[in-house]
Amino acid sequence: MSEALRVRGLTVSVGGLEVVRGVSFGLERGGRTGLIGESGSGKTLTALAIMGLLADGLTARGEVRLGEEDLMRLPERRLCRLRGDRLAMVFQEPMTALNPVMRIGDQVAEPFRVHRGLSRREAHARGLELLERVRIQDAQSKLGAYPHQLSGGQRQRVMIAIAMACSPEVLLADEPTTALDVTVQAQVLDLLSRLVDEERCTLLLITHDLPVVSQLCDRVLVMYGGRIVEAGPAGEVFGRPLHPYTGGLIETIPPLDEELPARRFRAIPGVVPGAGEFPAGCPFRNRCARADERCVEMPPLTGDGHQAACWHPL
Amino acid sequence: MSVRRPVSPTLVAGAVLVGAVVAVALASLLWVPRDPAHVSVPDRFLGPGQDGYLLGSDELGRDELSLLMAGARNTLLVGVVTVVIAIAAGVPAGGLAALRRGPVEEATMRASDVLLAFPALLLALLFAAVFRPGTVTAMAAIGIAFVPVFARLVRGAGLQVMEQDYVTAARTYGSGSLWLLRRHLLPNVAPVVIVQSAVAFAIAILAEAALSYLGLGTPPPTPSWGRMLSESQSYLAQAPLLALWPGLCIALTVLGFNLLGDGLRDLLDPRLVERVGPP
Amino acid sequence: MTVSLIARAGILAASLAVASVLVFGVVNVLPGDPAVVILGTDATPATLHTLREQLGLDHPGWERYLEWVAGMLHGDFGRSVISKTPVAPDLLEKLTVSGPLAVISMLVAVAVSLPLGLLAGVHHRRLSGALVGAISLGGIAIPAFWFGLLLVTVFAVRLGWLPAGGFTPWDEDPLLALRSLTLPAAALGLIQAAVLTRYVRAAIVGVQREDFIRTARAKGLTRWQALRRHGFRNAAIPVVTVLGVQLTSLLVGAIVIENVFVLPGLGRLLLQAIGNRDLVTVQDLVMLLTAAVLVVNFLVDVSYRLIDPRIRESR
Repeated sequence: MSEALRVRGLTVSVGGLEVVRGVSFGLERGGRTGLIGESGSGKTLTALAIMGLLADGLTARGEVRLGEEDLMRLPERRLCRLRGDRLAMVFQEPMTALNPVMRIGDQVAEPFRVHRGLSRREAHARGLELLERVRIQDAQSKLGAYPHQLSGGQRQRVMIAIAMACSPEVLLADEPTTALDVTVQAQVLDLLSRLVDEERCTLLLITHDLPVVSQLCDRVLVMYGGRIVEAGPAGEVFGRPLHPYTGGLIETIPPLDEELPARRFRAIPGVVPGAGEFPAGCPFRNRCARADERCVEMPPLTGDGHQAACWHPL
Repeated sequence: MSVRRPVSPTLVAGAVLVGAVVAVALASLLWVPRDPAHVSVPDRFLGPGQDGYLLGSDELGRDELSLLMAGARNTLLVGVVTVVIAIAAGVPAGGLAALRRGPVEEATMRASDVLLAFPALLLALLFAAVFRPGTVTAMAAIGIAFVPVFARLVRGAGLQVMEQDYVTAARTYGSGSLWLLRRHLLPNVAPVVIVQSAVAFAIAILAEAALSYLGLGTPPPTPSWGRMLSESQSYLAQAPLLALWPGLCIALTVLGFNLLGDGLRDLLDPRLVERVGPP
Repeated sequence: MTVSLIARAGILAASLAVASVLVFGVVNVLPGDPAVVILGTDATPATLHTLREQLGLDHPGWERYLEWVAGMLHGDFGRSVISKTPVAPDLLEKLTVSGPLAVISMLVAVAVSLPLGLLAGVHHRRLSGALVGAISLGGIAIPAFWFGLLLVTVFAVRLGWLPAGGFTPWDEDPLLALRSLTLPAAALGLIQAAVLTRYVRAAIVGVQREDFIRTARAKGLTRWQALRRHGFRNAAIPVVTVLGVQLTSLLVGAIVIENVFVLPGLGRLLLQAIGNRDLVTVQDLVMLLTAAVLVVNFLVDVSYRLIDPRIRESR
């Protein structure tokens, strides 16, 4: 199987409202894919649906294949065995994602105790190795520390350590650096990249930050209004975007080489609608300069290699 | 993702219960089935519905329903006076403490923290020992016990308000303390105070009921639910229902005020409000 | 951590001092002349004078205050105005009733509220959760003494299973003593349980929404494991706070309950002292109860410093 993860027709609903609609994509084994979207696009929910960790009140249907198994059809017990072992996730807010009243050492050792059956001492030893691997200064003393005693960057390294503990096949990283200072962001991304390589892990990096994706990822998925609107190799999607939304996103990045006085901010007209307010058919239709009556019908994702869901691609 | 409807079932339920008690109390001023003080020994211990006594009669033949209706007046009076005392003293104190920071404010807050440790009932018992036990003593004691609760609350909310930029702006163009207090502090603190009042009302009713039960609250002949419970205790074998009705009235009234407080809290501002004040 | 502990203990001592001044002030200063309070307004000047001498009222206030405090610290609580006998031995004797009552009631409250609150919190979207929520609302509104009366009506008067009141000393018949405490402890404890359940439920519901629970599940823990290993300790923080408040409420409620069930404890002693205008005993008892409340608050404060490492450092 060259695909580590294959998602087909994933739909997430809350109440009667669909917030992720018919999302399908595959992750090549060992590859790095960026899932780009603004807040409200449904990208985090997609990741949570894959993990089976949607909040109460949200339901998902579709197919999510990890290797041979369809995660959507597995009983919870089986999913628990997979989570943290073969499939892992790094969350956005390191401050709240770690247990404030439990020592770092215990939290890092936990995956080893759950999935590898190690004793407390063995698990702590492995935990220490992990902390060193993620370049935490003075790891030994940090074992006994609490999350509030670490900096934001250190906490995120710990989160990454926890996620990578059992060398998962697939790692979902949801905005891993958004909550961090700019200077720290680069370090953490670098770490992530290195670890993913060393463990031959398949990465799905979820973010709204395009430059990050262009640096780290070889494939890109663009999400808007709960749907994938463009998919393809990073170089092609950024170099020659097909979907008007992607084009708009790229335009909003001010280039460094333009002269200052001449530089203008370019924005996509309109605002991202709230959950229930996307128009029928193509969700981008009422902000798109190229839209017409045809767009009332949702275009399928077409193309090979580089795909777009648009009746009037760029 | 879900939007909370401001007018919740809690608020409605609370308002209905409280409204019912108030209505009954007011109505009793105009009309009761029988004179609550009218004793009729041959008619003692009648069951509900007998001889026109809708809820029965007590050990002296008095009409239970009339007594309960008249008792509602007493209950509400105690609640109102207690809360008024607590607000009259506590709100200005808390407001000034929020406005004028400094050693005096710290000391007052520390002292009031100690007063907070005095449960209302305990203070009321102390007062009953030292002064003449009665409705006035009880109301004064419970009211005073609540002053630090309101002071703390207003100070806390007041401090939040003072952090706001518009207040800093007002100060830069020379607004005096009193003006700030009236114009900015009090209106913003009002929601918190209203919610706490509902809670305080509920606690005051419970405290007064306990006091009257112990014989240290409202004295005869004024009808009082707490005292009715105490009187019913000697006749649990013959007329157990007499122990049911007054307690039920107390419970429903207290429930009503608690629900009202909860509902108002959701309505007014879930962020600013923090409930202080245990039973 | 030890520094802040010492600081907290200092605050406790200061609070006790302030409380004692307040109690003394209310009893001795506010009413004007304590002797008149005790004997009534139509007492003869001669009897008033004798009483004043006996109570040492001719000494200045602050002197009497210091004597009182010094006495208490040595275990001397003065003499009852009525019986002229020392108060201290009486207090100890009554404590053997009130103490066990308070402890058993608290145990009942905790034993009922923890599992119920947990159940309601975990299943808060199901009917069982809502049901428990409704029942616990009753606990806030139902006066404990009324509940006691209802229990007496059912279990003592109608069914005759348990005594309606009175108390047999422990050394006479411990089993009967325990039976005498059953209904009172049930009344107090169950009402407190209803209130506590609400808070336990809220704490469990709150904790389940936290991000670190999601992280724990992402590691592969089941919902229940995540709750047990990560949630409980965090949920304990608000619960311990409430426990302290409820303990205070319980102590005060016990005063009334002792009178419902005619138990010869501190609460009943207080009532009798109030009725007899025995100001010395009243002053001592109120001080004791207030001190108990302040100590409980202190213990709660200390224990959640132990639970929550974040607080240990900030202050």
